[in-house]
Amino acid sequence: MTALLEPASEADACAEVADAIAARAPLDLRGRGTKAGVGRPGQAARTLSSARLSGITLYEPAELVIAARAGTPLAEIEATLASRNQALTFEPPDWRALLGTTDEQTIGGITAGNLSGPRRIAAGAARDSLIGARFVNGRGEAIKSGGRVMKNVTGLDLARLLAGSWGTLGFVTEVTFKVLPRPERTTTLVLHGLDGAAAATAMAKALSSPYEVTGAAHLPAGPHGPSRTCLRLEGFAFSVDYRTGELQRLFRREASEVVDGEIAAALWREVRDVTPLAEPGDAVWRISTVPTRGHGVAEAIARQAPARWFSDWGGGLVWLACPAEGDAGASLVRQALREAGGHATLVRAPHAIRAAVDVFHPQSAPLRLLGERVKGALDPHGLFSPGRMHPGA
Amino acid sequence: MTIAFPEPDESVLARREAIRAKLAEIVHPEALIVSEDERRAYETDGLTAYRQMPLAVVLPSSTEEVSAIMRVCHAEGVKVVARGAGTSLAGGAIPQPDAVVLGVAKMARILAVDFDNRTARVEAGITNLAISAAVSHEGFFYAPDPSSQLACTIAGNIAMNSGGAHCLKYGVTVNNVLGVTMVLVDGTVVELGGQHLDAEGLDLLALVVGSEGQLGIVTEATVRILRAAEGARPALLGFPSAEAAGACVADIIGEGLLPVALEYMDKVAIEITEGFAKAGYPLDVEAMLIAEVEGCDADIDEQLRRIVAIAERHGVTTVRVSASEAESAAIWKGRKAAFGATGRISDYICMDGTIPTGQLPLVLRRIDEIVRREGLRCANVFHAGDGNLHPLILFDINKPGAMEKAERAGEHILKLCVEVGGCLTGEHGVGIEKRDLMTYQFNRADLHQQMRVRAAFDPGWLLNPAKVFPLQGRIAA
Repeated sequence: MTALLEPASEADACAEVADAIAARAPLDLRGRGTKAGVGRPGQAARTLSSARLSGITLYEPAELVIAARAGTPLAEIEATLASRNQALTFEPPDWRALLGTTDEQTIGGITAGNLSGPRRIAAGAARDSLIGARFVNGRGEAIKSGGRVMKNVTGLDLARLLAGSWGTLGFVTEVTFKVLPRPERTTTLVLHGLDGAAAATAMAKALSSPYEVTGAAHLPAGPHGPSRTCLRLEGFAFSVDYRTGELQRLFRREASEVVDGEIAAALWREVRDVTPLAEPGDAVWRISTVPTRGHGVAEAIARQAPARWFSDWGGGLVWLACPAEGDAGASLVRQALREAGGHATLVRAPHAIRAAVDVFHPQSAPLRLLGERVKGALDPHGLFSPGRMHPGA
Repeated sequence: MTIAFPEPDESVLARREAIRAKLAEIVHPEALIVSEDERRAYETDGLTAYRQMPLAVVLPSSTEEVSAIMRVCHAEGVKVVARGAGTSLAGGAIPQPDAVVLGVAKMARILAVDFDNRTARVEAGITNLAISAAVSHEGFFYAPDPSSQLACTIAGNIAMNSGGAHCLKYGVTVNNVLGVTMVLVDGTVVELGGQHLDAEGLDLLALVVGSEGQLGIVTEATVRILRAAEGARPALLGFPSAEAAGACVADIIGEGLLPVALEYMDKVAIEITEGFAKAGYPLDVEAMLIAEVEGCDADIDEQLRRIVAIAERHGVTTVRVSASEAESAAIWKGRKAAFGATGRISDYICMDGTIPTGQLPLVLRRIDEIVRREGLRCANVFHAGDGNLHPLILFDINKPGAMEKAERAGEHILKLCVEVGGCLTGEHGVGIEKRDLMTYQFNRADLHQQMRVRAAFDPGWLLNPAKVFPLQGRIAA
């Protein structure tokens, strides 16, 4: 059992890091740990958690901005925004079912993982909405980067660098996000029975239309029925109704149906939360590649291993499940991406496999070196989540 | 001259000819500029009050040449100032006597356009507008649109994380670049990102965007291209007070409308612009907004109807809703000519602070007080939706002390932006212009942390070293 440190203020967090420096004792960084199983297994004897750094510190609906301490539950932020008809536009996912965890997700954890949902293709990832952050560096100093305004090029953008660093660069204490109005109405055009290649073509066609498609996912045929290719439209009701009609006209040769309301919302929640592959068992990969090549990557792997998959982001995000044995398909996944381009993360796998294979995508030597130097600039003593992203770093 | 440059490195100046000779081995003779006359074209950028003659200017044609140049400069300990089109208003591309200017303007090709994946691969010296021009036949465009887009390069856009009038909806450069090829200070070539989304490993691409040429030389980029909406039309709204216009902006956003552009001009800016562009702007208002929305015709009509209804609640006195392309062009004509028109009647410096939009009325009032105190005038033209201010401080460069007064006013305005929760620069960058003001926004630990990250890329401070960080108190690791 590792010791759990839960500072109640940024100053306390600085003190904890100073203690860790003095004791040369590394720290695994986390919020409430719902995604602690992502990455190479933790190696530190102590865990530094932001769970007690909680609460919204700023919300200005007319300025489209919200700031909160890192340990604030995502649910609290989403409810607060919803009360003013706003939302985090990057559609943060809920991986708890996938990862078999139950605690609250925190906004700091979403930031540290740079997680986003289907709207990524239209509205960017968490880092695209992130406009400021405060964090404690590996010297035990409180650092701020960015701010509360959405246009800001004052100094190096360390806030965005922290997004997606999985707790290896700094202990995030507060984050500030740009928010947007919640769509008044959502509809989804579902095309039935397309194979991977035809779906990729259809999604590219939809995303290249002027109708502002904000979700494009493909769920291949399975025991539940024929394949579904889902195209989402959002916005003001009068606008969505018009665009839905136009999109239907664009795909008039395909078998299709329009769904909306709770049915459409549930569909996109499933895509966002990886529900089709969430039942316990298989290892699960998150593959980011060139959208028109996503199905090819998935099919190449599935020809050589019993893999199941679906895609999001117009085909550019492939979620793929492989048996949790051997290297969990790592060599097949890496091989497929060598040709297609992109990267893959082993989001879910047993401890032993995550300790043995590269969980994050292996990098070229110069990039790895650069990454190590950047890590050294923020965390000179190598205290934060050692080895989580790459062995030895 | 109130902004200092570092003392040049005498040992580099003494080796001037040897360094030029080594560069001559890398590029074609016409791509190496050493004569004083020709170097003069590179001694400044858009911040023309400051000039420094570079040691040499080199205009490579490929990533390989850039890499070879960087290897030579690194080995010789020579500073390198990257340059796109030289339009920086912050002095980001102003060289120094012991530095080589590395200009990417010759690398201006479109390498590939992939409509199915909605990306374009370009060389970094291509102009911003040329990207849109290359994809417009299919109805696509590249979203960030700084007002210098006819001239400025994507390299410079990446260096300054450029925005433009349409970033309320489409974001800024960092949101629209997927990958870059970058040459490091020692000549190593790295690929950051690619044609896919999200970073593999640390998001170094997000760090590089907005880094003002301090981390490496970007030679190629993969950018997102977007399908344009079916149509777009603006409405012009005139108000009897700045407060009313500011409150209208807050309500437009608060009610969930998201105009693609929401531009503000004050009375001085309207008068100056109208005298030049004859756009038919109202001269009897204190402030004016241009709100542009997108979609199909019915969609546009409905959004503009809602915007006008909000404006009416705030006592709007002039309403002009565009019903045609010609009317749209007329509404935009003045706004687009605003900086040029100002330049015709006066010297000016253009500030670029961003503020929380709720502070707009207070900040406009304080700006007025600040420039009056210096006996000057100011024209306000800015992106109201995102709070990115562009006060143009007018002065006469021929009057002794006038420029110093304008700079002093500018400094107070930027300090004010930080005080109310904003920042020194929204889209122009720090450059040399705001370098010495960085301590207003960041404390010592913040700046040290940024400098340490900078040093991870450039431990010897060779890349654009006179910029961004105050000259005193620099650290290398």
